[in-house]
Amino acid sequence: MTVRHHIGDDLLLSYAAGTLDEASSLLVATHLALCPHCRARAVAADDLGGALFEDLPVAELSPGLRDAVLARLRSESVAAPATRPHRPRSDIVIPEPLRSYLGGDLDTLRWTSVAPRVQQIAIDIANCGPRARMLRFQPGTHVPAHGHAGRELTLVLSGSLCDRDAVLARGDVAETDEHTEHQPYAGPDKDCICLAVTDAPLRFKGMFARMLQPWFGI
Amino acid sequence: MDHPRRDPRESAHDLSDCIVRIATDQDEAAFDTLFRHFAPRLKSYFTRRGGDPAMAEEITQETMVLLWKNAAQFDPSKASPATWIFTIARNLGIDRLRRAKRPSFDPNDPAFIPDAEEPPDRQFERAEAERRVRDVMDTLSANEKSVLMLSFYENQSHGEIAERLGLPVGTVKSRIRLAFGKLRAALDAQTGAAQ
Repeated sequence: MTVRHHIGDDLLLSYAAGTLDEASSLLVATHLALCPHCRARAVAADDLGGALFEDLPVAELSPGLRDAVLARLRSESVAAPATRPHRPRSDIVIPEPLRSYLGGDLDTLRWTSVAPRVQQIAIDIANCGPRARMLRFQPGTHVPAHGHAGRELTLVLSGSLCDRDAVLARGDVAETDEHTEHQPYAGPDKDCICLAVTDAPLRFKGMFARMLQPWFGI
Repeated sequence: MDHPRRDPRESAHDLSDCIVRIATDQDEAAFDTLFRHFAPRLKSYFTRRGGDPAMAEEITQETMVLLWKNAAQFDPSKASPATWIFTIARNLGIDRLRRAKRPSFDPNDPAFIPDAEEPPDRQFERAEAERRVRDVMDTLSANEKSVLMLSFYENQSHGEIAERLGLPVGTVKSRIRLAFGKLRAALDAQTGAAQ
């Protein structure tokens, strides 16, 4: 499996800087677990953070700070490095950190029906800001055509999603903004399971879709 | 920015050694060197991220204590001292100042897709990455540098940076992309990585 649709630079840099909201960070981190290419880019972004860190002006410290820190050290020991081996398993579908947010892997999830052939799980995000949810579309299901009032990020975890001439598979990310109108649909073979992050309600086109929106809840 | 500082190009190697000496010998003199170099920058960082001076010093203390406790996790072939300490400070800052979480991946997770094995020479090059990033930074325009600095060190979203500079968000994002693209191109060229 090779991921072909990656996260954009501005998302990656906000994540490295620590200014990205929790829901979007969850999506970025879950993508990074599946994408060595973007992990190398994330390392470059951290290096950038380190280089800029050296350029920060030097603040004056309170006179007692150094001694206070040294006193605290004497009650702390240097921890031994963790040596937990990595044992890959292909039967686990949802990687960390997302699996912990959901409380388990795919086979343990409790879905709520939101529209014919579409189910969701709202993910608990402590802070206000963008929301995260899992979505499951039965094979071939069309998402009602919609535009966006803000950014929408989608990470495919299982199955495939066809969106604007691209076929997105496990690990792939789609990023849309207020200028995007699209009508993605699930690939024909199996359920399409995605993590979706939205920072504003979607705007559905068409009367039927608008009528559904209150139930759809997205 | 004009302010006195030691040239990190010269001292990064020594600072790396200091962290390793903490891991192997719990060396307090090595810690003192790191404290004098990083603590004033940490305070400055946490102040920029929105902490008042007392709070900024408190989190500076916590970062330095974590540096001591986690020194054995530092791998000089993977990160420069500044990059390593920056990541500790960033994560603590999010927790203490924003009271939020920064989800991150777990390399020991069974569902994690590992890297292809890196050739040894590339691993060696990684340790030099920060110095190379700095060399490229010197070639960026003031505009490009300022959007990077604002996004990393002023706790501002790209929307807020756009407002502050009186630019459309699209312009800020494209400047960031351009600057980061230059940095990545330079890093890739020097490590010979196929992208």
